[in-house]
Amino acid sequence: MFKLEPRATPSTWLSLASPVMALAITVIIGVGLFILLDKDPLAGLQMFFVEPLKSPYALSELSIKAVPLILIALGLAACFRANLWNIGAEGQFVMGAVFAGGVAMRATPETGAWILWAVLGAGMIGGMLWAAIVALLRDRFNASEILVSLMLVYVAEMVLSYLVYGPWKDPQGYNFPQTITFLEATRVPKLFQGLRLNAGVFAALAAVLVFVVFLYRTYAGFQLQVGGLAPLAARYAGFSSRKALWTALLISGGMAGLAGALDVAGPQGQLTPYVPMGYGFAAIIVAFVGRLSPVGIVFSAILMSMFYIGGELAQSRLGLPKAITGVFQGLLLFALLACDTFIHQRLRWVASK
Amino acid sequence: MTGISPESLALLIAATLNAGTVVGLAALGLLINERSGVVNLGAEGMMLVAAFAGFAVGVNTGSDWLAFGAGALAGMAMAAVFGVLVIWLNTNQYATGLALTMFGTGLSAFAGIRYTQEKLPERPHFDIPWLSDLPLAGPALFKHHPLVYLTILFAIGMTWFLMRSRAGLVLRAVGESPESAHALGYPVRQIRLLAVVAGGALCGLAGAYISVVYTPLWVEGMVAGKGWIALALTTFATWRPARVLLGAYLFGGVTMLQFQLQGQGVDIPSQWLTMLPYLATIVVLVLISRNPTWIRVNMPASLGKPFHPGA
Repeated sequence: MFKLEPRATPSTWLSLASPVMALAITVIIGVGLFILLDKDPLAGLQMFFVEPLKSPYALSELSIKAVPLILIALGLAACFRANLWNIGAEGQFVMGAVFAGGVAMRATPETGAWILWAVLGAGMIGGMLWAAIVALLRDRFNASEILVSLMLVYVAEMVLSYLVYGPWKDPQGYNFPQTITFLEATRVPKLFQGLRLNAGVFAALAAVLVFVVFLYRTYAGFQLQVGGLAPLAARYAGFSSRKALWTALLISGGMAGLAGALDVAGPQGQLTPYVPMGYGFAAIIVAFVGRLSPVGIVFSAILMSMFYIGGELAQSRLGLPKAITGVFQGLLLFALLACDTFIHQRLRWVASK
Repeated sequence: MTGISPESLALLIAATLNAGTVVGLAALGLLINERSGVVNLGAEGMMLVAAFAGFAVGVNTGSDWLAFGAGALAGMAMAAVFGVLVIWLNTNQYATGLALTMFGTGLSAFAGIRYTQEKLPERPHFDIPWLSDLPLAGPALFKHHPLVYLTILFAIGMTWFLMRSRAGLVLRAVGESPESAHALGYPVRQIRLLAVVAGGALCGLAGAYISVVYTPLWVEGMVAGKGWIALALTTFATWRPARVLLGAYLFGGVTMLQFQLQGQGVDIPSQWLTMLPYLATIVVLVLISRNPTWIRVNMPASLGKPFHPGA
């Protein structure tokens, strides 16, 4: 029978090949699903892997999804490296959007260009505050960060809902649950006429560089990593696990908050109950598929954005519900985890006794 | 609150039992998982797929029992996928559970789209003869779906199983020290898989209860965090079935209190009330986790850790 046995050293080759294998498995299952649903599998694959890259317009739409995914996943990578399971990035994203929206709504036609920085800063603060609750309860009361961060997602959504149905509702909005449309000065500048692509991509790219330096070239980044991989060694070295907890959670909250701010000050332009779109959850998959490395995250965020756009196209052109995106996202993570098994272990044929 | 009438109190109790059954069933399932040393963050996903499966079968066959069977089967199938990955391939339990939740959320939304307009056929009311005619106690306690009473039986049965039966002792041994159980010759992996699949069946029943009885319709994402609350309940209950049920009813009471308050015309925006169960879960988690020794003594020692036989 086949037996899994530990490898002496993890396979570097496989740790890079694993996401590709996982994607291949997901595609194979996807083709099967299309055939099962009586749709042309080639047309299906085209929606997901060709159409989202075909034109400047498509690429611009791709960037709208990839930017928040990259930002959130970078922060989550810091958390997961420290073995902290912040799975409530969605809530931190929403709070970032709420804080950013709160500042953006105060702008008047005379307000200068500085307001955009205030909007983005407020978003980061909102996300950090929301993550700080998780850190505080974990630090002081030992409460599971998994459950607390997740519960706070629902709370954040309710806060948003209260605001847009209540005190922040646009008085001229025909009673729709939405705030006023934010003024031009508070909006992230667009890069080209007629495309939604905006300066947020520079924020994402800058963040990637900062994280490369932080994770691989700073002492604090190193401490996070050691604390996650070998808590006892970290303690022996005198690295504070409390400090790592706060650092990782505040970073990931801040990044998710920034993503929320860029989203409402960018493509959304106002707060509505539809601000939470699942980026916070999808970014968990992005972080894992990207091997928790900043550069890997860029690629996996682009892939995940293709899933999103592919799902929307499959809905409009093939008549499939766009929830198919969620099915593929889940499958990708499953496949990745299964493939990752073989990084640390190998399959050996053992003659049964 | 001024002047809550006995009639509305009876209805509040009935609603509490109803809401408590959902999280109670799921939490009992997760409790079996965790007693064997496996933590399954996929509860939410299993419940969603089961809620969809139960509703779809209920609409197409008109049978409650087939609907619940479908829900349980769906939960078991999802749990089996999870179990094989974490038990045989030693994948990270947290990540795999998350994948299960994401996959389940996507799959149920994808498959359920055609059922958003459907309605379940009229079903008979379940009244216990004679007892349900009692004033106040009748409507409060004796007019529930049979699964409400079954859940209580499950909790009692599970207490007996874990604490008094040989099989339960083996299960606990696997959760406390899989190495020792393995050395004694017990098939640790198979036992864990059985526990995971049994847990999936209960989560599946809970999911089907949501879409067939609790709010008899299909809405995308309708489990709304109850799977996660059930996960918190197992910690709250320090892994004891009776306390799980108690916690579930407590939670049901908090959930129903919001409707009661709204019904009384209390001037609080509905969103703040909807937050209550989630905030209550956080508060309860904080209170119970505050004492690390208490948790460490009660938690199955191998919880969340993979087991390599012969390693």
